Amino acid sequence: MAYKRQIDRLPIPPKDAKVHNVTCHYCIVGCGYKAYTWDRNKQGTPTDNAFGVDLSEQQGALGKWVAPAMYNVVKQDGRDVHLALVPDEDCVVNSGLVSIRGGRMAENRPSRVTGTQQQRLTDPMIWRNGTWQPTSWDDALDLVARVTARIVTQGSEDDLVVSMFDHGGSAGGYENTWGTGKLYFQSMKVKNCRIHNRPAYNSEVHSTRDMGIGELNYSYSDYEVTDTIVMVGGNSLETQTNLFLNHMRKGLENGARMVIVDPRRTVTVNAAEEIAGKGNVLHLAIEPGSDMALFNAILTQIVDKGWTDGDFIDASTYRDGEAVAMDSAHPAGLGSLEYAMKTCRTSAAEAAKICGVSEADIVKAAEWIAKPHEDGSRRKCVTCYEKGVIWGNDNYRTIGAIVNVSLATGNIGREGGGCCRLGGHQEGYYRPSDAHVGRPATYVDQLLISGGGKVHHIWACDHYKTTLNAAEFKREHRRRSNMVKDAMDAAATGTRGQQVEAIVAAVNAGGLFVVDVDIIHSQIGQNAHVILPAVEANEMNLTSMNGERRLRLSEKYMDPPGTARPDCLIAAGIARNMERVLREMGHHAYADQFKGYDWKTEEDAFMDGYHQGNPDVTYERLRAMGNNGVQEPVIGYENGKLIGVERLYADGKFDRHGRDDKKALFCAAGWRGWQAPGKAQEQASHKFWINNVRANIFWQNQFLDQDNDFIQDRFPYPFIEMNPDDMAELGLNPGDLIEIHNENGATQGMAYPTDTARRGQVAMVFGSPAGSQGNVVNPGVNELVLPDYKHTWGNIRKLADATPQARAVSFKSKEYTS
Amino acid sequence: MRCKNLVDAGRRQFLRGGALAAAGAAAATVTAAPAQAAPTNAQVDYPSNRLANIADLAVNEPLDIEYPDADSPGVLLKLGTAVEGGVGPDGDIVAFSVLCPHLGFSMSYNDGDRTLNCPGHFSRFDVEAGGQQVWGHATSNVPQFVLRVDDKGDIYAEGATDLIFGRPSNVL
Ligand code: SF4
Repeated sequence: MAYKRQIDRLPIPPKDAKVHNVTCHYCIVGCGYKAYTWDRNKQGTPTDNAFGVDLSEQQGALGKWVAPAMYNVVKQDGRDVHLALVPDEDCVVNSGLVSIRGGRMAENRPSRVTGTQQQRLTDPMIWRNGTWQPTSWDDALDLVARVTARIVTQGSEDDLVVSMFDHGGSAGGYENTWGTGKLYFQSMKVKNCRIHNRPAYNSEVHSTRDMGIGELNYSYSDYEVTDTIVMVGGNSLETQTNLFLNHMRKGLENGARMVIVDPRRTVTVNAAEEIAGKGNVLHLAIEPGSDMALFNAILTQIVDKGWTDGDFIDASTYRDGEAVAMDSAHPAGLGSLEYAMKTCRTSAAEAAKICGVSEADIVKAAEWIAKPHEDGSRRKCVTCYEKGVIWGNDNYRTIGAIVNVSLATGNIGREGGGCCRLGGHQEGYYRPSDAHVGRPATYVDQLLISGGGKVHHIWACDHYKTTLNAAEFKREHRRRSNMVKDAMDAAATGTRGQQVEAIVAAVNAGGLFVVDVDIIHSQIGQNAHVILPAVEANEMNLTSMNGERRLRLSEKYMDPPGTARPDCLIAAGIARNMERVLREMGHHAYADQFKGYDWKTEEDAFMDGYHQGNPDVTYERLRAMGNNGVQEPVIGYENGKLIGVERLYADGKFDRHGRDDKKALFCAAGWRGWQAPGKAQEQASHKFWINNVRANIFWQNQFLDQDNDFIQDRFPYPFIEMNPDDMAELGLNPGDLIEIHNENGATQGMAYPTDTARRGQVAMVFGSPAGSQGNVVNPGVNELVLPDYKHTWGNIRKLADATPQARAVSFKSKEYTS
Repeated sequence: MRCKNLVDAGRRQFLRGGALAAAGAAAATVTAAPAQAAPTNAQVDYPSNRLANIADLAVNEPLDIEYPDADSPGVLLKLGTAVEGGVGPDGDIVAFSVLCPHLGFSMSYNDGDRTLNCPGHFSRFDVEAGGQQVWGHATSNVPQFVLRVDDKGDIYAEGATDLIFGRPSNVL
């Protein structure tokens, strides 16, 4: 049964409702919203309301409307208030558009009145007497500090393993990355750490940075005025929805063409064709993992036909052969265009063979990107890429090959240009230097599997759903943490001191003491011994920037659930307890390193961190900048306004690599087939390529959506898009529960017949709590420990007939038809 | 394919009357003197509007309708096989709003795969699966109208499962 909300009337916000600025805390786009809150016993009327719109009349398309998902009853300053959370027409990012994720922010707030998100953690919990027992912050933080202090002083800080988000939005942001960063990178120098979605502490885009080009260099408006949009391994209609609908769409309507490189036909391809006409969209459905060869061939075409931007290359790029040699920290050499061409040169014919697309299409792509207009003027081209290559084959060189093309055509730092990652979360990174982590960084998940580390602090990461080689990781993590649970149970009647001794003995015997900071009791949280409840954006004030570096303050409009706290204040609490415990232990000098955390609010953490590096920026000034904020870097404050930068590198000087000459470098992106260990062999010995894909309906690993009926009704199991002939061969009906298996493990999902899926290629949605794709991904990573989640092969067998729940859902094509 | 067939000359007039008669719920909130207000029901009272007769319907041929009032366009369909929420002797008659519950663009019916499709932002809904969003940006499935068929084969709409786009109350 399709989920029916059975709501046929909603309260209307009164004229005097409070209004807060909200930046959607989900995807990188960061759409603007307004949160209206008002007293429970008040309401507006159709003709007299906060919107100033006559709601007694049917509103037209794009008219003001509070959908049921945009409404809730939440706590504000201890009182129940109505909440209406609606898109902001005046925000230049989304111009009033709303997505299936952002449009549900209100109903995904915890509410004891409407019963939403009752899975949210409200109090710290300690593993006690065989289960998790709620307790006070003082009690929980004391245990965390006592065990952590013992371990790092008995051994070293290398025995503390930390998994921590590095993003903005959600529960990230400048406040929280600073709080955690100050704790682990300043008070301590933890090197065995990793980021929320990958098994090491590293950049996902090392090569573009090494080439001098920060990965978020354009303005979204560039899409509107360009001649050509190139999208590689991205699916923006689903994953950066309003970037596509509000900016790329305008570009296509203004006559731009679009090249989409993706082995799979996505809804983005379909929508681009609908908008621009099929003749203006070139979908290059390449063989998985062959992007580098394609871009090398495109670059070769452009160079050989003389379509490069000679003036730009002379003025802004390194001209003197090799600048950086290939070594263990650089999986490719970097230098001049001519230097790079020695390794990149690839004919269209060679690339056609590797990529499985026609020579003519490769030539066409090069023409669309770089062939000058009839009047001789240069073509403008904006290029965007995301997980298809970031989590793909040979990350460093592949991204290098893509950036090479933009660089050679002078398409960076200019209107209608740019070469950017599309992004997942928003950004909000402000931490002390991570140089001590090293490059390549530790492969932390393997370290944990192989018995390394004794204490594991986890901040809003769920490796269970978002790591590779996940089956083995889960087994080992659970086994090691169970050793500590058993020890705690055995010492259940002991004092705190005896408990700590028992835990220390258990971790010295190979166990792992796990502290999980999260907003819900996550899957990896099942292994935790201490659970600390955190808050999300708008339960605290939070600053982040979006994919065009637009910085906003998303304001607090509601109370956190229970005693949950912002991560920055949790980090401060750990630090203060570490100082106290270390002092008790007599380590005074070390204890002193944990001073400087007397923050009362998230604003204090912001002022201690981001503001120190960006003295013009304060909460008050950001609040005044509203939902349009300011594009980073902030370079001044004049006439009551923060001054930002619309696009980076407009002066043709490139500095992301830190070179004094400010010259951009080309990447010698030599093609070498499958780069990560084990991939070629896995491909050869299995029937199906298991593509790892996203869906607009889910936010990340569904941590909130798993408790949302509208969402779970649509996909009660993770979908696995599959060609109908492949399904017939395996005797599968729509919705049948299937298992994907290989040497790494097994996972499950439901077969979703998809006409456009190629034979032998299935597309499974990533990060599902009901079936983790990571189980079947082998441990292979690139030289800099970037995972290749996208390239996995397995066999498929039927587990069960479609359950009644699965049988009730629609299995029709996801492609819009006019 | 847009729905072209119009049923029942004069139906618009009738619908307007129905809408007015049911406006009490929303109106009550503006009453100046609460002490004298008529008691307000907890639920919206929906009009019972005749949409068509079974004899007017052919399988997979959409019929334009309006419910609960003339400003709220919808579609009435006979699908040929029993479906969720279907009425009539074959359990196959359904009706939906055609205002996309994302941003209110008018959707068209694809009689090939029996979906409602929104030209605004490419959302689509499955009329054979209770209006479930197949893919799209809406945060609810498309409102389905609650139908009743009387002895004469007249089809009445008498409610809606979800809030219709562009209104704070299904009955304005
Ligand atoms: S497109 Fe992204 S930022 Fe915008 S509303 Fe959707 S999830 Fe939020």
